[in-house]
Amino acid sequence: MRPILMKGHERPLTFLKYNRDGDLLFSCAKDHNPTVWFADNGERLGTYRGHNGAVWCCDVSRDSARLITGSADQTAKLWNVQTGQQLFTFNFDSPARAVDFSVGDKLAVITTDPFMDVTSAIHVKRIAGDPEDQIGESALILKGPQGRINRAVWGPLNRTIISAGEDAVIRIWDSETGKLLKENDPEVGHKKTITSLAKSVDGSHFLTGSLDKSAKLWDTRTLTLIKTYVTERPVNAVAMSPLCDHVVLGGGQDASTVTTTDHRSGKFEAKFYDKILQEEIGGVKGHFGPINALAFNPDGKSFSSGGEDGYVRLHHFDSDYFHIKI
Amino acid sequence: MTQQPSNLRWGELEDEDGEEDLTFLLPPKQVIGPDKNGIKKVIEYKIKEDGTKVKITTNIQVRKIVVNKRVVERRLWAKFGDAAPVNKGAGDRGVVDDSLTMVSTEEIVLERPRAPGSKTAGGEALGDGLGKGGEIKLCRTCGKKGDHWTAHCPNKDLAPQDPEPFTDHKRPTSGHGKYVPPNKNASGDMRRRNDDNSVRVSNLSEDTQEADLHELFRPFGPVTRAHVVRDKTTSVSRGFGFVEFVSRDDAQRAINKLDGYGYDNLILRVEWAPPKAK
Repeated sequence: MRPILMKGHERPLTFLKYNRDGDLLFSCAKDHNPTVWFADNGERLGTYRGHNGAVWCCDVSRDSARLITGSADQTAKLWNVQTGQQLFTFNFDSPARAVDFSVGDKLAVITTDPFMDVTSAIHVKRIAGDPEDQIGESALILKGPQGRINRAVWGPLNRTIISAGEDAVIRIWDSETGKLLKENDPEVGHKKTITSLAKSVDGSHFLTGSLDKSAKLWDTRTLTLIKTYVTERPVNAVAMSPLCDHVVLGGGQDASTVTTTDHRSGKFEAKFYDKILQEEIGGVKGHFGPINALAFNPDGKSFSSGGEDGYVRLHHFDSDYFHIKI
Repeated sequence: MTQQPSNLRWGELEDEDGEEDLTFLLPPKQVIGPDKNGIKKVIEYKIKEDGTKVKITTNIQVRKIVVNKRVVERRLWAKFGDAAPVNKGAGDRGVVDDSLTMVSTEEIVLERPRAPGSKTAGGEALGDGLGKGGEIKLCRTCGKKGDHWTAHCPNKDLAPQDPEPFTDHKRPTSGHGKYVPPNKNASGDMRRRNDDNSVRVSNLSEDTQEADLHELFRPFGPVTRAHVVRDKTTSVSRGFGFVEFVSRDDAQRAINKLDGYGYDNLILRVEWAPPKAK
């Protein structure tokens, strides 16, 4: 395959997200402008101007009308996807890290980093149908985990919130009462910071990637460990194929040590693993730095990766990919 | 000129610029198909500058793609933010900076940790190794297990040289140490099929890939080439292929064993490859 290279960002990529129909790809980077691309040919559709800091995460509503972004400028913003117009700004006392729309797009979860005396927190916001009626108050604030909360996503039927972060513990919270329902078994859990979390299409299981050089597959309801994928590099990004039983892990050595070591030790490929057999299928090379973001097109026929090198690489699979036997 | 349309008047033969525009004299554009493979044939006629008529036949593969209405709608959205066209004048779409997106000049492949088709051997070796608590010698050249390492293989020099498999010992020596271009020397094109050691496999299922053929024929001896013949336009397997062995004996054994063998619900037919017509 010949990947499409998109050089729209000046700084390292942080997050990638496809919309539900798989025709738009949203990219966030440490420069201040989240960008939307056409997912088939990589043409840039637009940028969302208004943030004043690194943008860590984004999510798009199911009807592809709204975009929510979380930024280090201590805000999360709602955008009109079509025009790039800012609709609303949620202000916080510390940088916003992860954002996720609930099923139905009526709620959004936003996590904030620990900063000065402020501890990290998970905020639940109501999203109004009409941006005029939007209010900034949180419907619920969850506190407790130490360190950054790198990902927070909604569980089945919006009843729970799943969070993971620097303390390497995966937590499931009740989204109504804010009660902590479950923590993962520390025996089998990650040993270092969890950097990424990807839900399966049906939400029945999810994959977490960690700097302890492994990725783990968990059952959403019981929080039991299903599979572990061991690799030889810290995992910054994970993605799950909606079509094949494949998982993709992206990562590489810490960006600060790249220039001090041999280029081969970087291990900047996106590694494909068989989801069930936990065996490596192959690697896709290309980035000059660690991979920070991965996303699968909802049709499973292409995937994109974003790296520390500032490039988004959009890969449309060759037909033989779909016949891979291991 | 006898087939001119009747409504042609001599005054129309020359237009204002004095240049001849005789395109209306040509037979109309003809579109045939699309046939069941989705191939559409378009026949056009053109007059070249020197006045000669040219017939242009174009084969077009037609594919029907169902696209979501909303996706089509979004495709027409105006660019915004930094992607908005610059120098936009009235009624002008402006210039869109498309230099940000480019297609990689490098072909990127999904790099397999091991060659396709070698999985079974590796897997067995691993299993055996675990059972006996020791390592097992596996020769990648002749596929023999437990006998010797690849480096010590007695058939080492017969092994295919990846990625371009040709066998060194078969290269003709001109005897004078003079360079002979490949197309001039006795064996012809180096990449040519070695007919002596090739077998033709027919009645393959459409899903059968080169790697599957490799896997299937490997147990009989080192395979230099496995090839599935595909339809030129649709690239669907035509149901037969060729496998080239290093030694003729291996090929004979493969024919004895695999002719009439059930593979993917079909009965294979394996025979000597017919000599290629020059």
